[in-house]
Amino acid sequence: MKAIFTKDEYVRYVEQKAPKSKVMKNILRAFLVGGVICAGGQLITNWLKARGVPAENAANLTALILVCVGALFTGLNIYDEIGRFAGAGSIVPITGFANSIVSPAMEFRSEGFITGVGARMFVIAGPVLVYGISASVIAGIIYYLLRF
Amino acid sequence: MNNIFVSILSAFITGGIICAIGQILIDRTKLTPARILVLFVTSGVVLTALGIYQRLVDIGGAGATVPLTGFGYSLAKGAFKDVEQYGLLGAFTGGVKATAGGITAAVFFGYLVSVAFKPKPKS
Repeated sequence: MKAIFTKDEYVRYVEQKAPKSKVMKNILRAFLVGGVICAGGQLITNWLKARGVPAENAANLTALILVCVGALFTGLNIYDEIGRFAGAGSIVPITGFANSIVSPAMEFRSEGFITGVGARMFVIAGPVLVYGISASVIAGIIYYLLRF
Repeated sequence: MNNIFVSILSAFITGGIICAIGQILIDRTKLTPARILVLFVTSGVVLTALGIYQRLVDIGGAGATVPLTGFGYSLAKGAFKDVEQYGLLGAFTGGVKATAGGITAAVFFGYLVSVAFKPKPKS
């Protein structure tokens, strides 16, 4: 084995030896789990539509149900197990948004119900809402200016 | 029956691809999950404004609306809808109005579960 001198050399050596397939495996897992969650969402939407719920309400209700399931699975410590396997496949769907609320809130419950649970719920959800809502306001203003 | 199968398969593939993109970003750029989520919701708003995301929703259904980019899509679509109805005010009311159900559910169920369940002790 050749001697390793600098940090750069070491990093290159590790990258050479690391299995290339690991990245592919992560992507495939994310694809599969994310796909299954979305297919489940489509199943719920189809079922709601078949029961006569209007299309737009069906999509909203689906999001609501998935948020509820994501929160519950996090509480039961199932979601984090899925996350260890799925990576982004469990983070990117809206169930992951629910997970990002419940997970830190549960962890910091010892700090109390206000500054523990109440505040920590928004460690990740807060930034998502700040940037999402702000972007939608800007998009709305631009749309308004282009229309008139 | 056939239509139902196609819609579920389309949702699986579309949602899977969006999540795979997230995984590539995590592996390649070392972005944290929080940054990924912020990036995805903002991208959803931008792609909706450009008229691209609606097409993805038409093809993928829940595969496009369930990932967090779909949250951005709902925000932007709601803002546009309200701008058409109420003018400039709509830019401030439409986004949250359209996503009120999801946000409220996340806050309410999130709080309920956080209080009701005990965290697993760290191993």
